[in-house]
Amino acid sequence: MTTLLNVKDLRAYYGQVQALHGLSFSLNEGSLTTLLGANGAGKTTTLRAICNMVRSSGAVEFDGKPLNNRSTESIVRFGIAHVPQGRGTFTTMTVEENLQLGAITRKDSAGIVADIERMYAHFPVLKQRHTQQAGTLSGGEQQMLAVARALMLRPRLMLLDEPSFGLAPLVVRDLFGILGKINREDKVSILVVEQNAQLALELADQAYVIETGRIVMSGNAKDIANNEEIRKSYLGY
Amino acid sequence: MELFTNQVLAGIATGAIYACMALAVVMIYQAIDHLNFAQGEMAMFSTFISWQLMQWGVPYWAAFVITLAFSFVAGIAIERILFKPLVKAPVLTNVAGFIALYAIINSSAGLIWDFTIKQYPTPFGSSPFLGSQLISTHQAGMIGVTVLLLLGLYFFFQYTRIGLAMRAAASVPESARLVGINTSWMIALGWGMATAIGAIAGMLIAPVVFLEPNMMGGVLIYGFAAAVLGGLTSPFGAVVGGFLVGVFENLAGTYIPGVGNELKLPIALALIISVLVVKPAGLFGRQIVKRV
Repeated sequence: MTTLLNVKDLRAYYGQVQALHGLSFSLNEGSLTTLLGANGAGKTTTLRAICNMVRSSGAVEFDGKPLNNRSTESIVRFGIAHVPQGRGTFTTMTVEENLQLGAITRKDSAGIVADIERMYAHFPVLKQRHTQQAGTLSGGEQQMLAVARALMLRPRLMLLDEPSFGLAPLVVRDLFGILGKINREDKVSILVVEQNAQLALELADQAYVIETGRIVMSGNAKDIANNEEIRKSYLGY
Repeated sequence: MELFTNQVLAGIATGAIYACMALAVVMIYQAIDHLNFAQGEMAMFSTFISWQLMQWGVPYWAAFVITLAFSFVAGIAIERILFKPLVKAPVLTNVAGFIALYAIINSSAGLIWDFTIKQYPTPFGSSPFLGSQLISTHQAGMIGVTVLLLLGLYFFFQYTRIGLAMRAAASVPESARLVGINTSWMIALGWGMATAIGAIAGMLIAPVVFLEPNMMGGVLIYGFAAAVLGGLTSPFGAVVGGFLVGVFENLAGTYIPGVGNELKLPIALALIISVLVVKPAGLFGRQIVKRV
């Protein structure tokens, strides 16, 4: 298996405060990897540092190419789609415009039209609401839209920041089912940050546990889920 | 009754100019969250450029187009040189920047073309429009050009990818970057377009107010009034506000005793204050809620 994303000794800062203290991990092509950890452990910061949205040092390599010192918007062009915390919906625009924005860096207009239809097939509720302002969608629908918007890039890697946040348990199950399908069928590698460790471990193949800006545990998702000690001390279930 | 119709139509004609200025102000406000106090001076300078071109024998419409291109590039240059470095600066620093820009442009125009009033031609003529005494051909031309401009802008923002990207960058900058939009250049593009729109307003109003370095002072205040009335967050509101302010200004001048021409400007200011007190978001604006 080839390494798609390689993060080495990543440190990130908010002003004077250091949030990541030399974090290293890697993600294999085609894998669905999860970053787990408590509130404030540095999960979101890790995703933000990968996309250069926060001051950071260390090495981030995507498919062998360094991402450091590149602007957020140019990192997208490598095929990295980031669904931020809070979903980042363009609330005043229509659902369809949100999807078009996901593909704004692509040049193949026929492919974009086809992909919008493909998203409507994946998420029928978005088709029903395609002329509606995205801000009027429910939380679950907005999360579907955010995932669909990210897929419109035809990404090689999708970064998801707490997709379960604020959603009803049933909706979360649905969403995670879709993510698994995207990972298997569309061959999109996924890095998902979650507080809902139980669910994330069911879905993922690899897992890393972060505590106060460092990786404290890594391995096969099943092994971590089955290790009662880790579960109790780090994942709280 | 004829006086009333006449005043309303004349109000719509000047309102078209206020609409353009308001739109320029709103476009920059949407992009950088600041009011551009120098918008009027930028429009005035563009108008002088077109006048100078015509003095050199360039025909009106050619001068018009060259001026638009010049203004577009100049707007981008101003953003890149002066306001991009101020992106994270406090409000007052930006205000100082705008005032500096105002003073620099105003004085440069005075230095290059002096402060005497100049005649500015109209391509539409000033005979009665379609034989009616209600409105002149130039006024009709002002309305016509503005309507064309607005339709063009609507098409641009609704149906082109770059327009979509500009709207996205203005509404949620962080998400816009995450889909790969270079938001910084979208802001520069907004400045270029706003400057070109201001230039159109300047060239259309110059035959009415005459060309001189202070010609846009009053016009910009009406533009601000229009933008505030329509809502600083709504380009559509700014346009509607522009026409409303134009009509209101004329009717107040005609029918409220004692207002006349001299007190028209305070009316615009009174309007700004009333709107800010009664409905701060304006007619079509969104209420901005900030977490404290």
